[in-house]
Amino acid sequence: MTVDLPTVWFALTALTFTIYFFLDGFDFGVGILQPFLARSEVQRRALIGTVGPFWAANEVWVILAASVIFAAFPLWYGALLTALYPLFALILLALIGRGVAFEYRSEVDHVRWRLFWDATSFVTNLLPAFLWGVIMSNMVRGLPLGVGGRFEGHVLGAFDLFTVLGGLATLSLFVLHGATYLLLRLHRGSTLYLRARRAALLWGAAATVLVLAFVYVGFVRSGVFNSLGLSQWLFPAAAALNLGLVWLALTLRRDGLAFAATGLTVVFSTATIFLSLYPNVLPSTLGETYTLTVRNSASEPYTLRLLSWVSLIFLPLIIGYQAWNYYVFRQRVQERDQAIPGGGSGD
Amino acid sequence: MNELFGFSTLDLSRFQFATTSIFHYFFVPFTVGFALIIAVLQTLAYRSHDPKLENLTRFFGHLFFINFAVGVVTGIVQEFQFGMNWQGFSNFVGNIFGVPLALEVLMAFFLESTFLGLWWFGKDRLPAWASLASIWIVALGTTVSAFWIILANAWMQHPVGYALRNGRAVMTDAWAIVTNPKALEWFAHLWSGGLTVAAFFVLAVSAYHLRRKHNVPAFRVSFKVALLTALIGSLGVVAAGHVQGQSAVRDQPMKYAAFSALWDTPTGSQMPESLVALPSNGARANRFEVTVPYVGSFLAFNNFSGKAKGLNDLQREYAARYGPGNYLPWVWPVYWAFRVMVGLGGLMLLVSAYYTWRWRRGRLDDPGRLYPLLLVMPLAPHLANFSGWVATEMGRQPWIVQGLLRTADAVSGLTPQTVLVSLAAFWVVYLTLIGLDVFLLTRTARAGMHGPEVETPSVPAPHYLPEGAAP
Repeated sequence: MTVDLPTVWFALTALTFTIYFFLDGFDFGVGILQPFLARSEVQRRALIGTVGPFWAANEVWVILAASVIFAAFPLWYGALLTALYPLFALILLALIGRGVAFEYRSEVDHVRWRLFWDATSFVTNLLPAFLWGVIMSNMVRGLPLGVGGRFEGHVLGAFDLFTVLGGLATLSLFVLHGATYLLLRLHRGSTLYLRARRAALLWGAAATVLVLAFVYVGFVRSGVFNSLGLSQWLFPAAAALNLGLVWLALTLRRDGLAFAATGLTVVFSTATIFLSLYPNVLPSTLGETYTLTVRNSASEPYTLRLLSWVSLIFLPLIIGYQAWNYYVFRQRVQERDQAIPGGGSGD
Repeated sequence: MNELFGFSTLDLSRFQFATTSIFHYFFVPFTVGFALIIAVLQTLAYRSHDPKLENLTRFFGHLFFINFAVGVVTGIVQEFQFGMNWQGFSNFVGNIFGVPLALEVLMAFFLESTFLGLWWFGKDRLPAWASLASIWIVALGTTVSAFWIILANAWMQHPVGYALRNGRAVMTDAWAIVTNPKALEWFAHLWSGGLTVAAFFVLAVSAYHLRRKHNVPAFRVSFKVALLTALIGSLGVVAAGHVQGQSAVRDQPMKYAAFSALWDTPTGSQMPESLVALPSNGARANRFEVTVPYVGSFLAFNNFSGKAKGLNDLQREYAARYGPGNYLPWVWPVYWAFRVMVGLGGLMLLVSAYYTWRWRRGRLDDPGRLYPLLLVMPLAPHLANFSGWVATEMGRQPWIVQGLLRTADAVSGLTPQTVLVSLAAFWVVYLTLIGLDVFLLTRTARAGMHGPEVETPSVPAPHYLPEGAAP
């Protein structure tokens, strides 16, 4: 592996996606768990409160991921987004619905209004959690790309056993990640906390099964995880070990450890995906010559150098103030009976 | 090319791009101006320790928050659509165009979303100065964001600092791109436009409550701040617009000719300006026209003898330079959109000047006979923005990157069916969003402030009690 600018930017792309999945992953998880964990309005509001100040900034990481690919690997950007157009359109629609659901839910104090937004929130958290897995698996598996990265396949070609398993594995991982996040954010001993614990155990089991099935199918399919070389077992194995660690942490009632473990699982899974891609960024299933690689899809060195300098200054800054944001709102959220301070009018 | 109901993938993709950008742009300039007004209000509250002003800041902050949510989520679509619908464009310009977009995210989006969260939810846990700093950082973020996005757009209209390599545009001079004269003119224009969007909204809300004698001392403050913002904004829009028109004659003569429906280069010693016209692309002439002599020369060149080239001459020039083809934009929408924009800009200037005059005469609390106009004025800057984008984006067709890449060569190889389905879905979601936004804004704005207490944060109400504190 030679380290040149395109490789550095490939690694940075992977890093951006990893941070995005780590952060928005638990947002998605909390959104999906909400109808199962919360039985009353107070509980629903407590759950939303755990992600309230954070979700918007978490979501910006996906905009960064997209724009990094656009600027550093324009051919990859165009080919991927066009080839998986319907999936991205669905994700975008879901992200719109999700953001609005977070913000508008408590604007009007009316049962049906809130019911509508709760339903919207559930569906729009579920969709991206599943679809990101499908997209990542498609990226690893390769797409029918022709000359100039032109997509030659069919809309439904994005779904097969491997990619659907990838979607389900991501979904279950995010739900698990959301559950362990709640252990850190909810008042210990509250009903919600206990339910979140049970959910973590249940989804930990589901995630283990699904991730292992996904990795197995990936290895059985020739070529998918092959380019990992010597370390080909390392990351999937680490991901699986981590899931064991989650279970252990939950049994020992170590909330911090549990969250770290699910987070690391997300990190290792994303790393596996990107490592198995390298040195390609998007393999073509129609022939080697059409495959997009780190080299042939990267921007010119001038552009990459410019991006490097700017990122060197701003990425640490961003990570710094986001961390501060989490520090400011570090207290656990309480379930508390309180009248809804409805949007200015209160009726 | 494959068609659906007579629409090609190109038509539908263009329509989808316009839809996304225009919807997004209902929210963006609002944020730019509004963040600034709120930052000013909070600074006044901070310096005076006046609970009325704190309450006022919170009230407008709530309105800002309602709007910001939609701005964020529609911005994500804006970012992704370049790759989804415009693969040819991404391949051709990614080297250059992707950079300002990435810089916008790095320098602005994270700032805005993080510090708005801190400002809104952290009111009770941050010291007053940190809360004030947060809203100023949000205001800074919105401005920086506008700068980078305008820079990207300006490059498409006036490419600089590039070279063509392997059929692609690559960056050779970043400084030239950052100092693109087009970008600076447009940034001034758009930023001023952003001020007017928020200013007329705050004016309307304040006038509504002044009229009803609600919290008069507080709304008097927001009325004054908004009025000054509206005046500065309208003046800025008009001045920057004038400069832009003159540089268009030089750099995008076809667009300028379309703005004025100028088919033939004037033959006399001066250039008249068209007042009303019915342009026809089919006839390559105006079916009807009223013109004023000398005004065209003055607007385009600041003198009374300058002449711009007409559409027909430019078409011949372009065909000779770029090969046979139709280089004319669709003139009547460009011409009329331009006129609507200019007219509304003038109206905004008149209204803000009138109310400034009333203020000087000490009649601030009474919105006067123009009160109904003041209530609908928030629509004017939105409509002006909409028309401005239609004029400038349709005016540069058939080019997506002026002189380098045609829109038809930029589109992704999707089926029209795929694009139509997503277009329909986006329309449904966007119309719902606009409806919800307007509903919540009017509802919250009319409700006004309650009592002397500072407004409770309304959104997801986190109960951040320290652990163990009595509930």
